[in-house]
Amino acid sequence: MSEKSIAKFKGQDMHRDVLLVEDSPGDVRLTREAFRNVNMSVHLHVAIDGVDAMAFLRREGAHANAPRPDFILLDLNLPKMDGREVLARIKKDDSLKTIPTVILTTSEAEADVANSYRLQANCYLNKPVRFDAFESLVKSINDFWLTKVKLPPQAQSG
Amino acid sequence: MPLEVLLIEDSPGDVRLAQEAFRDAKTRIHLHVATDGVAAMAFLRHEGIHGQAPRPDFILLDLNLPKMDGREVLAHIKENHDLKTIPTIILTASDAEVDILKSYQLQANCYLSKPVQLDEFEAIVKSINHFWLTVAKLPPQTNSE
Repeated sequence: MSEKSIAKFKGQDMHRDVLLVEDSPGDVRLTREAFRNVNMSVHLHVAIDGVDAMAFLRREGAHANAPRPDFILLDLNLPKMDGREVLARIKKDDSLKTIPTVILTTSEAEADVANSYRLQANCYLNKPVRFDAFESLVKSINDFWLTKVKLPPQAQSG
Repeated sequence: MPLEVLLIEDSPGDVRLAQEAFRDAKTRIHLHVATDGVAAMAFLRHEGIHGQAPRPDFILLDLNLPKMDGREVLAHIKENHDLKTIPTIILTASDAEVDILKSYQLQANCYLSKPVQLDEFEAIVKSINHFWLTVAKLPPQTNSE
């Protein structure tokens, strides 16, 4: 479900639209709470499977008014269409490929890490199991990706 | 095993600042420096004097470089099957939207602008260290097909 979107204005303290692609309701809740604690200006949108994520990104069906995300957090193991496939589709699409897409998964398999970077994931992160570690990871993501990093401009050319 | 970091930067002052910031990092790092785009590609392809160069675990890349510019270096890295998996972070004085967008189009892993203030520059390098060397999982060194 996407939250109500607020128009962004250049030069003002703007919010960030983050798309979380995650099927575990527990992890969605943890992520939501962690973002709420570290950065109130994050609008967290959730897609619970790969098909739902692609519909959100292509503004199809129920997602006709979905904003273009500034940043994507993508789990690898997802129902319907798996995260590797979602990643491949994002990075093959000229208008979507510029959105920083960070893998957030419990898998520590080297094959998954290597394959994700080969598919041009922007970064690979392991999902911790403990709540405090999870919250500290979300804080690190916020401090680095949503604070220090220059994200692509929203007005998409090309 | 220490991490191999390739810094592609032509300004001696910025190289020195980065070296100092990396020296304070918790992780053991070998910082290699290429001062232009041609030297960077020779390092990555183990050519000439770089015959024994290690494969970097990650790359910090300036955009404005002599001989071959950073955009072209980035394009070469991300078009190469063996090199494309190396996280390549743009660290540049430019904060022009066109440079940011172009870098993400070429599949830079992330884009950071280089602050002019000394302490802010140090803070940026430290946050790159912290995030990429401590929080993120880097690709395995043994690069399978």
